[in-house]
Amino acid sequence: MSEVCTTGEAKNGSSLLIEALQKQKVEMIFGYPGGAVLPLYDTLYEGAIPHILVRHEQGAVHAAEGYAKVTGKPGVVIVTSGPGATNALTGIADAMSDSLPLVVFTGQVTTPGIGKDAFQEADVMGLTMPITKNNYQIRDINELPRVINEAFHIANTGRKGPVVIDLPKDMTIIETSCPKSDKVRLPSYQPTVMPNNLQINKLMKVLEKSKKPVILAGAGIIHAKASPELIEFAEKYEIPVLTTLLGLGTIPYDHELFLGMGGMHGSFAANMALTECDLLINIGSRFDDRLASAPGEFAPNAKVAHIDIDPAEIGKIIETQIPIVADAKETLKKMLGVEIVHPNSHDWKKVNLSRKHLHPFSYDRKNQTEIKPQRVIEIIGQITKGEAIVVTDVGQHQMWTAQFYPFKYQNQFVTSGGLGTMGFGIPAAIGAKLAMPDKEVVLFVGDGGFQMTNQELAILNEYHLDIKFVLLNNQSLGMVRQWQESFFGGRHSQSVFKTQPDFIKLAEAYHIKGVKITRSETLEAELIAAFKEKGSVLIEVAVSTTEHVLPMVPAGKPNYQMIGVE
Amino acid sequence: MRRMITAIVNNSSGVLNRISGVLTRRQFNIDSISVGPTEKKGISRITIVVQIDSLYEIEQVTKQLNKQIDVIKVSDISDEPHLERELALVKLNAPAGIRAEILSVIEPFRGNIVDVGSKTVVVQVTGSSSKIDAFVDIVRPYGIKQMARTGTTGFTRSSK
Repeated sequence: MSEVCTTGEAKNGSSLLIEALQKQKVEMIFGYPGGAVLPLYDTLYEGAIPHILVRHEQGAVHAAEGYAKVTGKPGVVIVTSGPGATNALTGIADAMSDSLPLVVFTGQVTTPGIGKDAFQEADVMGLTMPITKNNYQIRDINELPRVINEAFHIANTGRKGPVVIDLPKDMTIIETSCPKSDKVRLPSYQPTVMPNNLQINKLMKVLEKSKKPVILAGAGIIHAKASPELIEFAEKYEIPVLTTLLGLGTIPYDHELFLGMGGMHGSFAANMALTECDLLINIGSRFDDRLASAPGEFAPNAKVAHIDIDPAEIGKIIETQIPIVADAKETLKKMLGVEIVHPNSHDWKKVNLSRKHLHPFSYDRKNQTEIKPQRVIEIIGQITKGEAIVVTDVGQHQMWTAQFYPFKYQNQFVTSGGLGTMGFGIPAAIGAKLAMPDKEVVLFVGDGGFQMTNQELAILNEYHLDIKFVLLNNQSLGMVRQWQESFFGGRHSQSVFKTQPDFIKLAEAYHIKGVKITRSETLEAELIAAFKEKGSVLIEVAVSTTEHVLPMVPAGKPNYQMIGVE
Repeated sequence: MRRMITAIVNNSSGVLNRISGVLTRRQFNIDSISVGPTEKKGISRITIVVQIDSLYEIEQVTKQLNKQIDVIKVSDISDEPHLERELALVKLNAPAGIRAEILSVIEPFRGNIVDVGSKTVVVQVTGSSSKIDAFVDIVRPYGIKQMARTGTTGFTRSSK
């Protein structure tokens, strides 16, 4: 079969690449130049696609993740070969873990140099193989347009994920007048989107007889944009809903049926519902060990229905009686289309709602001698009316945000769930703000994670971004410290910072306003004032240095064995 | 327990890397792995023989393998009627005096002598892995100088 030459005009690989990205309607690229991508950056100089110059390649990938999370569209990254590519690995692994669509171009040394330890050469195919949904190395310039289209297709369909395209420098320079067809043909990759009707009917029959049904809502609902269908279904049969960390926002925090997040730092109501339910409908969660720490004792009385677009998740952790491999939205639509008798679960609903009201997330509200981090998040929840895009780093502040911020809608919460990447927050917030300039963006970050990627603050003024950075400074790596206090006899091995930079001066060095809040009495007024400021503000809050995230299901324990339930 | 998995894959660079990566990550012990072209251009068959403790594991790894973009189909054919063959080349110590004896020993295994040296002969034998294991045990007393085995390949039998 001969390829049809559509143009007679010779173009180099860089131009083909930019054209392919334009065809994919790429709005912005996050990247960092270097030797191997010089020809590509020379083409970008003409400004066909806006490029965000980060200060470290890890920042580029996390920013692209923030962009992908709030838009649902693939984030695009360009980094150079060798160290550029290795610096991007953490972000790529993070995106793999949280199923975020990315297309990452890594520069590579020229084709003849590959495998010969050339300057700035790294085996990107080998390095990224286990942390990508798929990866490519361009060996034939004529295949570049097709590979790019395939990469976008793979990244953003089925279970989403990162795709890497390794781009030898010569491939960006040499010209072709006859690239091969860019049509995607992937017979070996056909994700199942539509659910099996027999399985849907089976699930609905079990639901009809169920006395204690509960829905576990995971990130799969967000990727499928299925929040409205989830809420409609839960309301139709009055089924209590709990979410995973990444499922927060799929149902509004103030919805009657919402029990809170489940798992290690989940709510009492959510964990007890998991323990006692007779039917667990898992939609788009992978039974992560932070949710199901003791798989053998997880939902012990329940029939388990597991709806997931990735067949490899079914039965991976928890034995499943009703597997449904499909898109969450299509499945919920089908479930809504099957009419059954309302299950006799009124008492169950009552029990759950009363638990939720009797045992909400709590902290010592009377203590005014120090600032409780939970209170900071509650106040900011009120200031932003639960409408902000909320980004976090990783650690205690992340869990408190999950517990105390009033999430209202899907794609609102940007956090590193699976990989738990400290340093994720600042660049992800920047990516989210660039993607949604009209939305208020708030970052909660600890003093540890802040210092991992704070170089990206340099971007703020360049693009006139308005992000409120809330630095909850507890002078320590709080989660590590908490585990040392809970499980290692209080031996603070390397978890307490003896010295810290002056964060306010650091903010000023990046030409952004810094506000330091140290007094509990004036906390609310100072936060309100800081949020009224135009432009980015670093709000450092000196919070309790001893606070623990509670309740807690210790690792390996069943969900009902929570410590610290008030 | 021994299981035989066949994977039909696109013959693209890196696909073997991905497959062995999945198996390694799930801590599978690989007995053998063999790769070769199929009747279709650009499509290869990978045959993997693994030792596992439970069928649950094999289901998991099959799903993980199927997930790879360049993998077209993965099946565990252990319980289906299937053909499996391996080829072994065994260089045996064979002084002139015992060559006739060696010939008679390899005959029931349908082994062929494919190379003759002054002190050694090379025997080629094909069959299931267990047959080859048995053959190797039988000829071992003569002194095995070198041995090469291809690993198992195969597919399901035609329906009758």
